[in-house]
Amino acid sequence: MQVPILKQGDYLIASIQAALTDADLLELRDELAARVGRYRSRGIIVDVTALDVMDSFAVRTLRSIAQMLKLRGAETVIVGIPPDVAFAMVQLGLTLPGVATALDLEEGLVYLDEQTKAKGGRHGGR
Amino acid sequence: MVAGERRVSIHSDGDIVAARQQGRALAEQIGFSGSELTIIATAISEMARNIVKYAGAGSIALSPIYHGNRRGIVITAHDDGPGIPDLDLALQDGYSTSGGLGLGLPGVKRLMDELEVVSEMGQGTTVVMKKWKL
Repeated sequence: MQVPILKQGDYLIASIQAALTDADLLELRDELAARVGRYRSRGIIVDVTALDVMDSFAVRTLRSIAQMLKLRGAETVIVGIPPDVAFAMVQLGLTLPGVATALDLEEGLVYLDEQTKAKGGRHGGR
Repeated sequence: MVAGERRVSIHSDGDIVAARQQGRALAEQIGFSGSELTIIATAISEMARNIVKYAGAGSIALSPIYHGNRRGIVITAHDDGPGIPDLDLALQDGYSTSGGLGLGLPGVKRLMDELEVVSEMGQGTTVVMKKWKL
């Protein structure tokens, strides 16, 4: 597994460490879907700070991760899209409709706390 | 001194990562800035994925270019695949044969300064794209 996934309370945190192949991205998707069930997670943070590019495949896979996990009853937030990468995405016309994004891990945790509390569920991971 | 041409064989999704990393490294030597490096790497990633998806195998050649005192990078994506049936259509904005899965050529064209496609049915496709340093 290329991407370490940490469990923190009700949340899972997937921290991408380097450039990922298409196969690595699909493995991340499948692994998150499985672990949300195993750990009964309410929220997932995917940290993409170290991803070198967000091309059409990466964007599509992140979108499907968020949609799949939503169907499993969990909220996903993508954090750490660097400014250069955001700029290239805009130029390409790539967007993440319906997917929550936040500046960094800290903001992502705040977002998940708000979302999971609003639903009246168990409180956030810390 | 900037190195000469480098060529990356494209056979699998791992080669897509290798091609964009080599392209980024060469572009950095040429003197492109951070955001331009990301744009060049993203364009290479899209073109390399097209090779894997439509042709199965091919190559990406990367080379510095000079015009007067301007410097830039030229990226040539080549495959011997089935070719693009309707090139005019493939270059139209919003067009993609794979049901909107890829960005298609128009998306990549927006990232680069110049993009030319030569495609022959049954003979393969060559895409030449250039980015000039500002």
